[in-house]
Amino acid sequence: MWFWAFVGPFAAGLALFTYVPLVWSVWLSFFDAHNTVTPTEFVGLDNYTEILGDPSFTSSLTTFAVFSLFIVPATYALSLALALMVHRLRFAQAFFRSVFFLPTACSYVVAAIIWKLSVFNGVRYGLANTVLGWFGGSDIAWLSTTSPPWYWLVIVTVRLWLQAGFYMVILLAGLQRIPATLYEAAAVDGARPGWQVFRHITFPQLRATSVAVVLLLVVNAFQAFDEFYNLLSTAGGYPPYARPPLVYLYYAALGQGQNLGLGSAGAVILALIIAVVTVIQARWFGLGRRED
Amino acid sequence: MRRHPRRPGRLRHSRHPTNGPAPYPTSRAFHRLARGLRLVPLIALAGLFLLPFYLLVRNGLAAEADITGTDWTFFPDSPHWENLRELFDDSSVPMLHALGNSAVIAVLTTAGTLLLASLAGYGLARIEYPYANHVFYAFLVTLMIPSAVTFLPSFVLVSSLGWISTLRGLIIPTLFSAFAVFLFRQYFLGFPRELEDAARVDGLGHWRTFWRIVVPNTRPVFAAVGAIVFIGSWNSFLWPLVIGQDRDAWTVQVALATFTTAQTVNLHELFIAAAVSILPLLVVFLVLQRQIVAGAERSGIDD
Repeated sequence: MWFWAFVGPFAAGLALFTYVPLVWSVWLSFFDAHNTVTPTEFVGLDNYTEILGDPSFTSSLTTFAVFSLFIVPATYALSLALALMVHRLRFAQAFFRSVFFLPTACSYVVAAIIWKLSVFNGVRYGLANTVLGWFGGSDIAWLSTTSPPWYWLVIVTVRLWLQAGFYMVILLAGLQRIPATLYEAAAVDGARPGWQVFRHITFPQLRATSVAVVLLLVVNAFQAFDEFYNLLSTAGGYPPYARPPLVYLYYAALGQGQNLGLGSAGAVILALIIAVVTVIQARWFGLGRRED
Repeated sequence: MRRHPRRPGRLRHSRHPTNGPAPYPTSRAFHRLARGLRLVPLIALAGLFLLPFYLLVRNGLAAEADITGTDWTFFPDSPHWENLRELFDDSSVPMLHALGNSAVIAVLTTAGTLLLASLAGYGLARIEYPYANHVFYAFLVTLMIPSAVTFLPSFVLVSSLGWISTLRGLIIPTLFSAFAVFLFRQYFLGFPRELEDAARVDGLGHWRTFWRIVVPNTRPVFAAVGAIVFIGSWNSFLWPLVIGQDRDAWTVQVALATFTTAQTVNLHELFIAAAVSILPLLVVFLVLQRQIVAGAERSGIDD
């Protein structure tokens, strides 16, 4: 069977390294699995009640919600603004596109190093405090101030810098697919260039691309780990705030005690939440589609 | 493509637009000025986007006192290239070894992913099979499962295989990218069938058609997917952090992260390390920029 000769190796690997671990993890979540992946003591739903009763797990869900409410609209808006500005350029388009796309080559680790130790390091010689000083402001400890929660500014700007260029490129491609005849027709009808054309032509025509971008952004927000870990963890551990689900799971399951049963229960709960969010998004965007 | 163009009649507009005067009766100079002003936010944003790269280079080539001084030093008077030697001579940070690990992992991951995903993408796009679509959807579903859900179970599997802190553990579980299969399948679907039909007439089977006809003629998609996979592999952090626990198995990202949380940090040394770590990617980027952009563009097209 030639089909399986081509598809088989990939299918087998995906089954082994994605599907098998998922099933295994569901199974583990019903067991007392400290430091072991082949536990014998069945504990029913104990892991679930324990993790749902743990305030640091529930607050990690809140952290995720706050984070995605910031980052998804902000990244979308910035990427769209960049795409519109670059799209309109008559010269140096490739140059500006490259500048905004270049951070895609950076890792979250490198970006976190720059943000944590050079821009927002909280001492006098940090760039942000230096600039504040020029205007007579006093130093701010960006990453350790919880009221107001300045650390959000640091976390959100890292991701904005790293991601915006990538989504700008996707949206630029979307802009280029809009037929020019639509704009000509709008001009004939007297639509003012600018907001009116954007509102009635560009934005509706970008709909499919926008939906894809927002879906990608939400999935990516769920995976947030790298910048939180690198910005906030220290030799002494992780602070009690700004702890998204993946950071919680990392410390719960791989820190002291290696409670894999508890961690697996957390992963299952996350999977359910993601499934619900995905269905809601599909409904929401689907309904919108029937409307127009 | 499938959507119907919105009828222009739905726009709110004046009744007789063609009869009235042009909406903006402006002189050419005013026009030029307005266009110039529109560039201001763009240039400001470009400056902001380049700022972190400036900090990376400035700190990496500075003496410690230039970084921590009370007044801002815009650039060290003379670049301290000896920071590089200091970094590679520092026995407390295995930077050279970590760079080697990252290179081996990124190259093998890219090669393996390209091989597996192109075969699967071709099979899905071109070989008749009654359940091909079901198989494809089973692959696509895994794209919606974020690593938040899979990293722990995958860790469980890899540790029970005894692959912790091995190259196998760092590479093999990451080779099966449904995203790469998706990109290849889309590309092969758009590839003209005539070439393959001609090969069939010449008596080539699926296997030889793929290697002799399809692969040599679809190099751009290999470059695009390869560049995206390489960058992703080089920059990935959580998986190497969890699997590469021994110092010998650290990748460059893990080494940098460990360096960052160390008790005492030499800032100039850390920043030159960070700058060195992105150099290979900047080279990949400059060489393959067009293909990378094409790959990114394609990832936004929903099927």
